[in-house]
Amino acid sequence: MTCVNQGGTAEKYLRPFGAEIFLFWRACSLADRRRNLERIDSMKQELEAIRQRAISELEAAKGQQELETLRVKYLGKKGEVTAILKKMGSLSAEERPVIGQLANEVRTMIEDEITKRAAELKEAILQERLKNEALDVTLPGRQRPLGASHPLSIVLDEIKEIFVGMGFDIVDGPEVETDYYNFEALNIPKNHPARDTQDTFYINENILLRTQTSPVQVRVMEKQKPPIRIISPGRVYRSDAVDATHSPLFHQIEGLVVAEGITFADLKGTLETFVKRLYGEDSVVRFRPHHFPFTEPSAEVDVQCFNCHGEGCRLCKGEGWIEILGCGMVHPKVLQNCGIDPEKYSGFALGMGLERVVMRRYNIDDLRLFYENDVRFLKQF
Amino acid sequence: MNLSMRWLNEFTQPGEMPMRTFTEAMTMSGSKVEGWETEGTEIENVVVAKVVSMEHHPDSDHLWICQVDTGDGQPIQIVTGAQNLKPGDVVPAALHNSLLPGGKKIKKGKLRGVESNGMLCSLGELGLTTHDFPSAVEDGIFVLTEEDGCDLTLGKPICEAIGLNDTVVEFEITSNRPDCFSVIGLAREAAATFDKPLSLHTPTVKAGHGSSDGMLDVKIEATDLCSVYSARVVKNVRVKPSPRWLRERLRAMGVRPINNIVDITNYVMLEYGQPMHAFDLRFVEGGQIRVRRAKAGETITTLDGVERTLTEKQMVIADAKKPIAIAGVMGGEFSGIMDDTNTILFESACFDGASVRTTARDQGMRTEASSRYEKGLDPNSCLPALDRACELVELLDAGDVLDGVLMDSHFSSDRRRIPLEHDWINRFLGISLSEEEMKAILAKLDCTFDGSDVLVPTFRPDLEHKADIAEEIARFYGYNKIQSTSIRGSAQGKYTARQKFDRTIMQTMRALGASEIMTYSFISPKYYDKILMPMDSPLRKSIVISNPLGEDTSIMRTTILPSMLEVLARNYNNRNAEACLFELGREYIPTTENELPIEKNTLIVGMYGGGCDFFTVKGMAEQLLEILCVKNWDIAASSEESSYHPGRCAILSVDGSRIGVLGELHPKAAENYGINERVFCLTLDVDLLFSLAEPEKTYTSLPKFPAVTRDLALICDDAISVGTLEKAIVTGGGALVESIKLFDVYKGEQIEKGKKSVAFNIVLRSRENTLTDEQTNAAMKKIMKELEKTGAALRS
Repeated sequence: MTCVNQGGTAEKYLRPFGAEIFLFWRACSLADRRRNLERIDSMKQELEAIRQRAISELEAAKGQQELETLRVKYLGKKGEVTAILKKMGSLSAEERPVIGQLANEVRTMIEDEITKRAAELKEAILQERLKNEALDVTLPGRQRPLGASHPLSIVLDEIKEIFVGMGFDIVDGPEVETDYYNFEALNIPKNHPARDTQDTFYINENILLRTQTSPVQVRVMEKQKPPIRIISPGRVYRSDAVDATHSPLFHQIEGLVVAEGITFADLKGTLETFVKRLYGEDSVVRFRPHHFPFTEPSAEVDVQCFNCHGEGCRLCKGEGWIEILGCGMVHPKVLQNCGIDPEKYSGFALGMGLERVVMRRYNIDDLRLFYENDVRFLKQF
Repeated sequence: MNLSMRWLNEFTQPGEMPMRTFTEAMTMSGSKVEGWETEGTEIENVVVAKVVSMEHHPDSDHLWICQVDTGDGQPIQIVTGAQNLKPGDVVPAALHNSLLPGGKKIKKGKLRGVESNGMLCSLGELGLTTHDFPSAVEDGIFVLTEEDGCDLTLGKPICEAIGLNDTVVEFEITSNRPDCFSVIGLAREAAATFDKPLSLHTPTVKAGHGSSDGMLDVKIEATDLCSVYSARVVKNVRVKPSPRWLRERLRAMGVRPINNIVDITNYVMLEYGQPMHAFDLRFVEGGQIRVRRAKAGETITTLDGVERTLTEKQMVIADAKKPIAIAGVMGGEFSGIMDDTNTILFESACFDGASVRTTARDQGMRTEASSRYEKGLDPNSCLPALDRACELVELLDAGDVLDGVLMDSHFSSDRRRIPLEHDWINRFLGISLSEEEMKAILAKLDCTFDGSDVLVPTFRPDLEHKADIAEEIARFYGYNKIQSTSIRGSAQGKYTARQKFDRTIMQTMRALGASEIMTYSFISPKYYDKILMPMDSPLRKSIVISNPLGEDTSIMRTTILPSMLEVLARNYNNRNAEACLFELGREYIPTTENELPIEKNTLIVGMYGGGCDFFTVKGMAEQLLEILCVKNWDIAASSEESSYHPGRCAILSVDGSRIGVLGELHPKAAENYGINERVFCLTLDVDLLFSLAEPEKTYTSLPKFPAVTRDLALICDDAISVGTLEKAIVTGGGALVESIKLFDVYKGEQIEKGKKSVAFNIVLRSRENTLTDEQTNAAMKKIMKELEKTGAALRS
């Protein structure tokens, strides 16, 4: 219902109590109006008094319980507002809705006030609690024990990821190996001088501890038809006495690609990509002729010293370059030994030592630390 | 291999360039330079000076006050303690502010009150020996003589005057290039690298001192092991020091000058790469030389004075009666050059590389000669080298060379023929050179051509296949000029299920707080004793390394346990208060003698300190097995594991097959490792686990009906395990049992001795309905019935 502004005293007086009362008032006779006005006035005053008292008491309330007591005092079954509502029975049918409405208005006001105060009190309590609960955040965190990865594993995993991303699979091979796979099939016959450079641990005449991961190349080629793209990381053994840069056991990563039309240029491209992923896009790589009996042409790959950028420093022993891996085109004799037609297929192979890469990565100066496994060392990675 | 730049320049001139440019270019064409050094760079401001006068020091009975002239006529006073000088001697004078080898600085000063403006130097002070300057004395001032080839110009820097200014480059020569173990071989590479001419010298021998024909009967008996044996006779040998230029070159190459004859053999070996030997003809008995296999048990005393017993596999040079040299390795003691040697036999021969290598290895004496022979030498270079030696004899006036060459040979001097497949090489390398360009490169390496065939020189046994030819092309075209490409075609790389499984193990172990270790796969057999392995255990049979570095690394481990314990012990000794470690490693289980062992992948976990106990390691096993989806595993106490505490050890199994063992290390074993703490270990057979894992998962709908929880307090014999009780509960409650949680085990007061109280919290739930009291009670009744069978009773 819309309420039109009528002007005058009644308007001013009754408007606050709502449009219905005002309209009711307009509907009454003058005498009635006066009588009604008096009753209404008296009850209104009573309600107003209740309201004011309630509000001031509520404002003074200090806790939820006090609020509840006040709620009961005013709005409860025996409460003051309820008492007024109960008195409504004695009112005329015309007066009843007016006062009822009025009483309800007061009731709502008190209820709202209680809700408001309750929220305020709750907030105050919360604020107090938050204040009290402030922590010294610099106290140590409560930790669950967490193990560390071995540094060799960390870098090896990274190398595996790079190669898997380039389409390589990972294969495994035996560490106790036959002379055939470790040497003969790789174009290193008995009494070949290259055997001198790899001091070998023998079990018997035909069985040894592999000196390189290259025998896995042969095992893969025997089993799998090209195209082949694999890497094979693992332990290798050479009878070097233990010192800061030598260990009778170390890790190598072998790589092999065999397919139709593989070129030396492909070898370069693949290894350049690998080196840049491992050492960063700005790495400078060079391929230097070398000799391995099972690859031809063979190369060693150097990466420009990160420290001196090729000028020569202590880290690179004045050379400006750091050797990181050996590689080459798979020797046709090796392909043939594995039953792959060298006229149809070609391929390349690579081999790199893991320990030195890891030593440079973390600035580790003694290879023995890897195998001593002191927890103070391990926890750094 | 060292290379004197002065010697190199005799054959080719790479041109004026900084040494760095020279070494880089050589490295990039395949002759890797390890380093270089210019002689005498440590010496500064030391000049040639003449002793003008000498007088006794007034205050010393051994010091001399010398006035020396350094060429400007202004005498300089230097005090010396040496007694070998006389006025007129020309000596090295280290002037005020000079430098000597080893960083020694010379300044003027006073010696017992007399001013000395420097120091007169001995050979040693210049870093030299009497081998370099035979007329000089060891313990006195180095007196320069023309006889020793010194330049006596006063004031001349000493290094120039005595030729101590060569630059020496050290090369790493790969085993496929025996030809590069020579000055000529490296000169050929340098000429090709810098595209300069190579001018080789053809030796000429005048001879004319009678014929050697019929003097000796030379015969190769072991024709499979020796392709050429050639020798020339030199009589009236005049043993004396070699001239300075020759001594200088030897010194630069790292060879000590001895006397002219020995120096010649070394010089020719360095220049041609062909080992030479000189025999004193007096000791060659019976007028014959035989190249043959040794007789079993035959002995020879070699030049180094060691008596050596030979085998039939080893080759010797023998006279009619005895071996006089081990072929290609070392001569016999009487074969050397002595002061009274008159007639010698220069030998230049070609022996089989593999045979020399084996002999040298078996005799434990690798020599300059053997290390060259074993790489395979060119039979065609025997005669030129022999001639060069005789030419030098004449040049040095070291003796009179007789006419004629005594020789026997069995070889073909034909060049190997390899088709030049120019298209194939371009494709193989990823380049595009014309056939002419390829031939031009090969020609620099002494290859010749017959139509489209390459005829490779006999000193290049490594060139056998078109791939070898491709490498020569690539080396001189430049590896780094070849444009990089990507492999054509795509490929999908992936990890196998097994690789992912291993990775899960590693990740889980780290998440459970264990750090990864890596240990040697070889151990000492004594380690088996340390872990209390029974003497009759089959695991004592290990793969044995026949040539180990030491006992500690002599056998391949059949159990990974000692490797872990070594690491724990090391950490304990390093005073690390706690350690919790794991390794995913291999165990090597022998099969038959000629078969490879089984390499078994095993996970080992080991820990001490940090409050860990049996249940810490058990909890790890439980969680790991859960993550690996290994289900229905059993655990049973075992007192049979010798390495473990008999009351704190358990076997893990699935369907009766053992997957692992865990427990507290036997205190005796801990003591053996010096660990004064309780140690807990777990091993799991990873290969078996992988085969047992059931990683496929199916979703089970969430329960619709509420669960009922019942607590059960039992009393039973102490010996009854909680596991037995739990099994009884599962058997009794069947599918209704959702979970069982142990919440108390109590022994002590109020409990009869030998008994214990065990309390469980049991959750029952049906998937069909909300459990009624009757259903629950019935289930509990059945559970109790099963429990009673174990001897447990409700605690009243």
